[in-house]
Amino acid sequence: MPTDRIDIRHVATLARLALTEDEIATYGAQLGNLMTHVDALANLDTAEVPATAQVVPSRNVQRADVLRPETSLTREAALQNAPDTVVGYFRVPRIIGEEG
Amino acid sequence: MDPIKDTAVSIARAVNAKEAAAAEIAEALIPHVSRVDAQLGAYLQLTPELMREHARRVDERVRAGETLPLAGVPVAIKDNMCLTGTRTTAGSKILEHFVAPYTATAVQRLLAAGALPIGKTNLDEFAMGSSCENSALGVTRNPYDLDRVPGGSSGGSAAAVGGFEATLSLGSDTGGSIREPAAFCNIVGFKPTYGRVSRYGLIAFASSLDQIGPFARTVEDAALTYDVIGGHDPLDATSVDRPLEPTAHALREDLRGVRVGIVKEFGLGQLDANVRACYEAAYADLEKLGAELVEVELPTAEYGLATYYLVAPAECSSNLARFDGVRYGLRVDGADVGEMYEKTRAAGFGPEVKRRILIGTYALSSGYYDAYYLKAQKARTKIAEDFARAFARCDVIASPAASTPAFGFNAKSDPVSMYLMDYYTIPVSLAGLPSLSVPCGAVVPEGGTRPMPLGLQLATPLFTERSLLGIAHAYERATRHAEKLSPVEIAAA
Repeated sequence: MPTDRIDIRHVATLARLALTEDEIATYGAQLGNLMTHVDALANLDTAEVPATAQVVPSRNVQRADVLRPETSLTREAALQNAPDTVVGYFRVPRIIGEEG
Repeated sequence: MDPIKDTAVSIARAVNAKEAAAAEIAEALIPHVSRVDAQLGAYLQLTPELMREHARRVDERVRAGETLPLAGVPVAIKDNMCLTGTRTTAGSKILEHFVAPYTATAVQRLLAAGALPIGKTNLDEFAMGSSCENSALGVTRNPYDLDRVPGGSSGGSAAAVGGFEATLSLGSDTGGSIREPAAFCNIVGFKPTYGRVSRYGLIAFASSLDQIGPFARTVEDAALTYDVIGGHDPLDATSVDRPLEPTAHALREDLRGVRVGIVKEFGLGQLDANVRACYEAAYADLEKLGAELVEVELPTAEYGLATYYLVAPAECSSNLARFDGVRYGLRVDGADVGEMYEKTRAAGFGPEVKRRILIGTYALSSGYYDAYYLKAQKARTKIAEDFARAFARCDVIASPAASTPAFGFNAKSDPVSMYLMDYYTIPVSLAGLPSLSVPCGAVVPEGGTRPMPLGLQLATPLFTERSLLGIAHAYERATRHAEKLSPVEIAAA
């Protein structure tokens, strides 16, 4: 089983997931195993087939550009679940470095 | 009228006729549910005050002359659907303390129709799983054998209805999350056509597959619920804008003229002998009711699982990117914002959710997109085309809902063996078809002591809910399998 075929550290970085060394080993093996099952798809001829993103015919949906307070959250409601807020905003750790 | 055992149809009839008050129903249910649920664990949260408040409103409306389709009917809601003011957790630590600031459309329609909310039910974390064992917040037991799982991901909603802790409940189905637990819990579980029920207020897992649907103890109750929650909703851009045909008053009693497709590739050969005998008997019963059995082919169905385990995790990895510790949910501090994201998600998500995020991220990552995600979307087209060809020869496709009855806790330690539980339901989901599971018998599983229910999966072409429910109703009325089993007696505390 090709457990080393997936660079699990790279994938975890893309997914913004911190993994322990144990998790890297476990998920690496499990993903390798699953991808071997998934490889069976290569046997299916899809050369002339369009991709399906939605099975039910759909079209772009637009609506009138008007205020609908009944389906809008107040600022208070929008912030009620926030881990940290300041003067009506979400507060996060510093993104831009202190220098420059 | 018995508010615990009766159907939604008879409860609503009694309340509308003023023979029973919604307030009495609420007062009967509240102590009953808290007693039974100490054993079953179907609920993550009970909402007795909300239930009483809705009961008062229903009684007022009925007194004022209104007739409500679900007047006084006790309902349970899967905890991935928002209900204003209640905790809505998706079974995850990352949302353990999240309080919904708005209500999902399906829930709002249910309550506007007179239903009484008992509480929010347990689920596999973010609806990812087939046993409810992936919940980070509680254990739910099968009402027919407490040592077995209720199925999943909507395991709490199925156990609540199967264990007579609710008359109806809402679940969501992405690859089988309504149909498999319905089969395990001796009830009807119905997944409408993709887009038929609004997903507004449903915490997203795989947006091109997720669909809300009802659990009930009869097909007629499931149809009644669907008629209430279905239909276009401008708040969900994928909600289908076409008229909803009412189904509850169009149920049939026989199957004369119905062609039932039996899928060649879904041969019953690999099933346990007793399970196989049960499905053979079910097919024979369909024939006795006047249906004609025809063999149909779904040559690409064998690729269903591989297709699903690319499409669903890919969409999951994208949807769950929103859980970053900024606007809601858990936050674990870090030296900078990137470290905060990584630590928050590491602490907040359970193993199955992490696995699927990793699979999806990998399948969408640069250099692999064409080989995996795009290939899976093409396979999905072929699967949908297979079904369309099969439906030229039949009106409905019948198959097992799952290959075994409910299994014991910790029985599926390998993720792929758990994924295989959805072998029959996944191709139907990929094609977006309306589908349900209806009880079709029971077997005593190896190592078990009690007969455990099995479900017959029925699926019909897109937007033919009325035909599907009609066929299921005829089968249910003729066979009455659900009535032959009783849940485990729960002793008084």
